[in-house]
Amino acid sequence: MSLQLDRRSEELRLRVVRRPLRHDSAAKHVAGSATFVDDIREPEGLLHIAAGGVPAASGQLLGVDLAAVRAAPGVVAVLTAADIPGKNDVGPVVHDDPVFVESRIEFYGQVVFAVVATTREQARRAAKLAKVAAAVGTHCVSVDDALAAGSHILPDCTFRKDDSAAALAASAHRVKGQLRIGGQEHFYLEGQVSLAIPGEDGDMLIHTSTQHPSEMQHLIAGMLKVPVSAVTVEVRRMGGAFGGKETQAAQWAALAALAAQITGRPCKIRLDRDDDMCLTGKRHDFLSDYEVGFDAEGRIQALETVMASRCGYSADLSGAINDRAMFHADNAYFLPAATITTKRMKTNTVSNTAFRGFGGPQGMMVAERAIDEIAWALKLDPLDVRKRNLYGEGRDITPYGMLVEDNILPALLDRCEVTSDYRARRRKIAAFNAQNGALKRGMALNPVKFGISFTTTHLNQAGALVHVYQDGSIHLNHGGTEMGQGIYIKVAQVVAEEFGVDADRVKILATSTAKVPNTSATAASSGSDINGWAAKNAAGAIKERLINFAAGAYDVVPSQIEFRDNRVFIGNQSVPFAELIRKAYLARVSLSSTGFYKTPKIHWDPATGKGRPFFYFAYGAACSEVLVDVTTGEMKVQRVDILHDVGRSLNPAVDIGQIEGGFVQGMGWLTTEELVFHADGRLLTHAPSTYKIPCASDVPEHFNIALWDGANREDTIYRSKAVGEPPLMLAISVFAAIADAIHSLNPDKAVPLDAPATPESILRAVQAVTS
Amino acid sequence: MARTVRAVMEAEPTAPAPEKLTVTLVINGRETRLSVAPWTTLLDTLRDRLALTGTKKGCDHGQCGACTVLVDGRRINSCLTLAVMKDGAQVTTIEGLAKDGALHPLQQAFIDHDAFQCGYCTPGQICSAAGLIAEGKAKTVDEIRELMSGNICRCGAYVNIVAAIQQAMGKA
Ligand code: FES
Ligand code: FES
Repeated sequence: MSLQLDRRSEELRLRVVRRPLRHDSAAKHVAGSATFVDDIREPEGLLHIAAGGVPAASGQLLGVDLAAVRAAPGVVAVLTAADIPGKNDVGPVVHDDPVFVESRIEFYGQVVFAVVATTREQARRAAKLAKVAAAVGTHCVSVDDALAAGSHILPDCTFRKDDSAAALAASAHRVKGQLRIGGQEHFYLEGQVSLAIPGEDGDMLIHTSTQHPSEMQHLIAGMLKVPVSAVTVEVRRMGGAFGGKETQAAQWAALAALAAQITGRPCKIRLDRDDDMCLTGKRHDFLSDYEVGFDAEGRIQALETVMASRCGYSADLSGAINDRAMFHADNAYFLPAATITTKRMKTNTVSNTAFRGFGGPQGMMVAERAIDEIAWALKLDPLDVRKRNLYGEGRDITPYGMLVEDNILPALLDRCEVTSDYRARRRKIAAFNAQNGALKRGMALNPVKFGISFTTTHLNQAGALVHVYQDGSIHLNHGGTEMGQGIYIKVAQVVAEEFGVDADRVKILATSTAKVPNTSATAASSGSDINGWAAKNAAGAIKERLINFAAGAYDVVPSQIEFRDNRVFIGNQSVPFAELIRKAYLARVSLSSTGFYKTPKIHWDPATGKGRPFFYFAYGAACSEVLVDVTTGEMKVQRVDILHDVGRSLNPAVDIGQIEGGFVQGMGWLTTEELVFHADGRLLTHAPSTYKIPCASDVPEHFNIALWDGANREDTIYRSKAVGEPPLMLAISVFAAIADAIHSLNPDKAVPLDAPATPESILRAVQAVTS
Repeated sequence: MARTVRAVMEAEPTAPAPEKLTVTLVINGRETRLSVAPWTTLLDTLRDRLALTGTKKGCDHGQCGACTVLVDGRRINSCLTLAVMKDGAQVTTIEGLAKDGALHPLQQAFIDHDAFQCGYCTPGQICSAAGLIAEGKAKTVDEIRELMSGNICRCGAYVNIVAAIQQAMGKA
């Protein structure tokens, strides 16, 4: 009762956060006036860059004849590795990503040179005049190739909990299987683009579409051989990113900066869509083997899994991505004993990279398949098996030694079961399937538990900069970048709440390394969590000075001062916010502050594979129903019910958008989006004509989304929870529902459905269960 | 072990650049005479020549819908259309939808429904929806979804996009 009262008074007190405010750029987006990098008015003397690559996936570069390129009309400069003053490298962790190939060729199309010309068309035409000769070596394209060749980019890694071999041997039942999980192209609608503008004293300003301005700044400084302070990277907004503009923006930003340094003129590169798809990393595809032991009720006794991923030619973020696959191989289920291994395979393909979920979705797929296997083996409803295996009190230690403290999933699943009318529909589906031959319906209700924090502990820090001007207007900068996820409005809401003013009084400035330094990527769903706190701390510092000033000036105690409704209430009078600011200025009070935040409680020991890598978990559940034509493999998602936990949402409108969008993107990953490589290493699906991205008609007809009503138990910003990535994994319910539909054909067999569940994949699984 | 095959990227012959042609377009109500190369797309003409950057380039191959504009009231992919093919035509871009300072009902509906995330597809979605409404073919939600399927939204804001279009249709 008193908790409820507290809650109500808190909700009454809060004026700006937790409200569904519009995206700050809404009016500009609908007017076409929101500026993306390629929309920036071209500076005088702008040059354009086109990159040239090598038509081989491996081997040695024998020679590059660029004479004709140099002589082509409009060409101002032609760049190769020899032109780089500093390091020929844009690798984020291991430093194995050259800007230009020097001798060893690692993937088809890898960049060897770049042309800088007066027009983009001239640059592209000239690039075609190069003669590139190479001695082609042997190469690995698929995970299978790499496993056969023993080609690793990083050492294998294993988490161990208890003696899983003994526990498997002692289990009443055991099932073994293998699951193939495809990769995914980001297809951020705005492709990779960078504009570099040289300044005085060797300074460089780069407008680029990246989630990680600080990393771009550091890599470019190293390449140009200038101090980091000479390089400024600025990002106003991105036209989508999804992880694909974290490290993968670097090569293009580097090319623009190098060209600008060498020519002394502004230079721009915008990748052609096909090049973008061929030359940038994607979600890792996995080949995962698993064996699960369980009792007669379907409770897991032990899980062993070996998950091998296609990392591509360089390490990029593959270490942390594979780690996250391991962190989520339990998904929401208690594993009394487990051995979880990842193999990080090197292939001669683009370097696979971050993509919404960051390996987590692939790990979770194994857990969800294991549960389905148990249900199939014991002829139980998969939902019952899921519920029996959820974490709960006394069954709450993860394979990596973290205690699961807020066990809300049992209640959340129960509610989703009721709101989706799961049991009654289950009966109807069984009746439908009994009467229909070609058409089969399937349904699945799956939970998601996703760990929030960067698993690389030091990245969990953020900074912000807040100024208040004499008219009471507020200027906000922080390290988070806007890619459509609404971080700008959320953090602005936090600052407005702190000062008790309307959100539109807070001017949101482009993210810039000159304003807030040493930032982490806007990634791991943590952007609003950490930048929100940093901004609150910055605003809070100014507010504290204002309170001290007002207490003295009006002779009241600080507790009698309150900021709300664009006014400051001081004792029993009030003044407009701007008036107090003006007075504070005259009294020489500093009206500017930085703010900093580091996530508490987290620690991780990679040597033992134990610790608390996550500050908290975000949860959700989705119930999906599909209709499958088992004669053609066609599939339609008919109804989806989602219940998702965002803590106390900072902005429910933004969060619901993230849930819908994440689900649709996850559905694309698991159903229609298929990457196909030729044996020679070429990507064959390099345009939306051959790579099928969900469109409006693919969205389920009945798509119900509800927010779980509960606060974050940890002290996050206004008790909210991160939302960027977790909803993507709700789409695993679509994949499981398809398997469920196929399973109706033969209840005695497991369904070896691989992802993506394209019509071909569905037909293969149909054949396997019916033959 | 390595197969030593020579992979050689040979120089590709390039055609000589033909002269430019003159084209007159009525863009957002204003008559504009331009001399353009015959292969210049309407999209590049709008963005690079006229600084009308509201129309976006997503794929440049007619596969994403980001570049949708209205030509004589009909929606087209401006990346697939050569400027010289549209001599004399009325072109409406996202910048030309608002009338006398008032937002087009679709623009207002997209704001009301939060029908975007990153916003990159938005101009194309709105122009496409304007074309759809003018066609008068879509009557049901399903038909809207089907007839808007040429416009990809990678952020997956479809639910709100369709709701916004419905709202605007109700008012149209
Ligand atoms: S840019 Fe024209 S359809 Fe994609
Ligand atoms: S809003 Fe980002 S692509 Fe549609």
